[in-house]
Amino acid sequence: MSSIASPVLKVSQLTKRFGNFTAVDGVSFEMRPGEILGLLGPNGAGKTTTIQMLLGLVTPTSGSIEVFGLDLLMHREAILQQVNFSSTYISMPQSLTVEENLWVVARLYGLSDIAQQIDNVVCKLEMKEFRQKVTRKLSSGQMTRLGLAKAILTKPRILFLDEPTASLDPDVAYMIRALLKDEQRSSGLSILYTSHNMREMEEMSDRIIFLQRGRLVAEGTAQAIVDRFGQTDLEEVFLKLARESTVSLSS
Amino acid sequence: MKLHRIMALIFRHLYLYRRSLPRIMEIFYWPFLDLVIWGFITLYLARYQPQVPGFVTFFLGALILWDILFRAQQGITITFLEELWARNLMNLFASPLKPSEFLAATMAMSVLKVVAVSIVMGICALVFYSYNVLVIGLWLGPFVLNLVITGWIIGVFTTSLIMRFGQEAEVLAWSMVFLFQPISCVFYPIEVLPAWLQGVAWVNPAAHIFEGMRVVLTTGQAPLSHLAWSVGLNGLLLIAVVGWFYRTMAYCKDQGLLVRVGE
Repeated sequence: MSSIASPVLKVSQLTKRFGNFTAVDGVSFEMRPGEILGLLGPNGAGKTTTIQMLLGLVTPTSGSIEVFGLDLLMHREAILQQVNFSSTYISMPQSLTVEENLWVVARLYGLSDIAQQIDNVVCKLEMKEFRQKVTRKLSSGQMTRLGLAKAILTKPRILFLDEPTASLDPDVAYMIRALLKDEQRSSGLSILYTSHNMREMEEMSDRIIFLQRGRLVAEGTAQAIVDRFGQTDLEEVFLKLARESTVSLSS
Repeated sequence: MKLHRIMALIFRHLYLYRRSLPRIMEIFYWPFLDLVIWGFITLYLARYQPQVPGFVTFFLGALILWDILFRAQQGITITFLEELWARNLMNLFASPLKPSEFLAATMAMSVLKVVAVSIVMGICALVFYSYNVLVIGLWLGPFVLNLVITGWIIGVFTTSLIMRFGQEAEVLAWSMVFLFQPISCVFYPIEVLPAWLQGVAWVNPAAHIFEGMRVVLTTGQAPLSHLAWSVGLNGLLLIAVVGWFYRTMAYCKDQGLLVRVGE
């Protein structure tokens, strides 16, 4: 990872209001090429809305999003061709088989040599035994792997991952983390990563940004954030900020 | 527009229909029932109304053409609903897919369904009632084309409403088109409508097609004026409704509705 390379993602003063409610409030951050950036925050902190804005699914009220130096609103098609996402909470069409779903994604992104590329991804994510299965018959862990396969199949330069290991057993979760690290090293993939597993965040993230009630309240390495809040580990920091949010909301 | 993205969506829906007998049945079930029920009613009425010439031709021809419009509309709306039910809209609209490509794919699906239904209904009409839909002649082609476009207009309009108001509005996918049926004058001439409703009917492109069909069948004359009106109105309304779809999508993105539409 180079610290002087120009950012692949630059978010400036990003704000989203829904009526009187401010979901994201003047958030600014950058992501460098090949960086894994952890996005942390309690429920309702604005993580999901931020990712939805980064994917062009929600229009910001104000602020700007630059991806690869291009404005997202002006260059949506070119940017999204090189970006993908996976979320535990978003499934693929249930009536199609795993392989059919991957074929549709491959066609959607205009991949060439599709059969070979699907074989590679299926092999990487150890999906051989269920590649012909109808998606609705998959276990939640297999479903998560399909979501990840869909995300890395298109060889994105940026990946947004929303709790990618939430429903996986420890062994498969370990395999997924190793795979993502490997992708990061081999192809310079940049990843924006959310998780409620603090040990995983510490292990995976080069840097972490912490959102609380829509605002960015901390940014830096996991250790720097722990030191700044005078806690013993990231989980303690999370609990402290989450409880502050709860107290603030109830008052 | 990129063809590979349109084809991706078409394949996605063909995969769906390939192994879903209920979905395939749904395409043919209602048109077939319509044809059977209306066909026998028509034969019965024709027996007691011999003074009305071409009774069977009017009714069965109109019925088949109406089902073409209906299937064209359903082709658009059901394709969108399938994505909504599968909670796949986020996957699609977070990809490079453009709204225009999405619409083009739904229109292509609509054409596939119309072709399938037309063939089945045409054959059934011939077998059950010895009625050949080709009796309408060369005008059948432009009639069908215009009705498909009218179906698209209603389909895109309905889809926009479902996108805006969410899954609770999905009943519109089946009911909206029937709002247009009385003013399409499918089974009766436009002059039977009250004067004020005739004014409304004349801005409905489908009404011109059904009037044109009756002109062809009763006089054999070329229904050029009706066809011209239908083409012009379809063009204007299609531009307007696609603009409405884009505007609705922008509104849904602003309000965060696009990511919640399946909830």
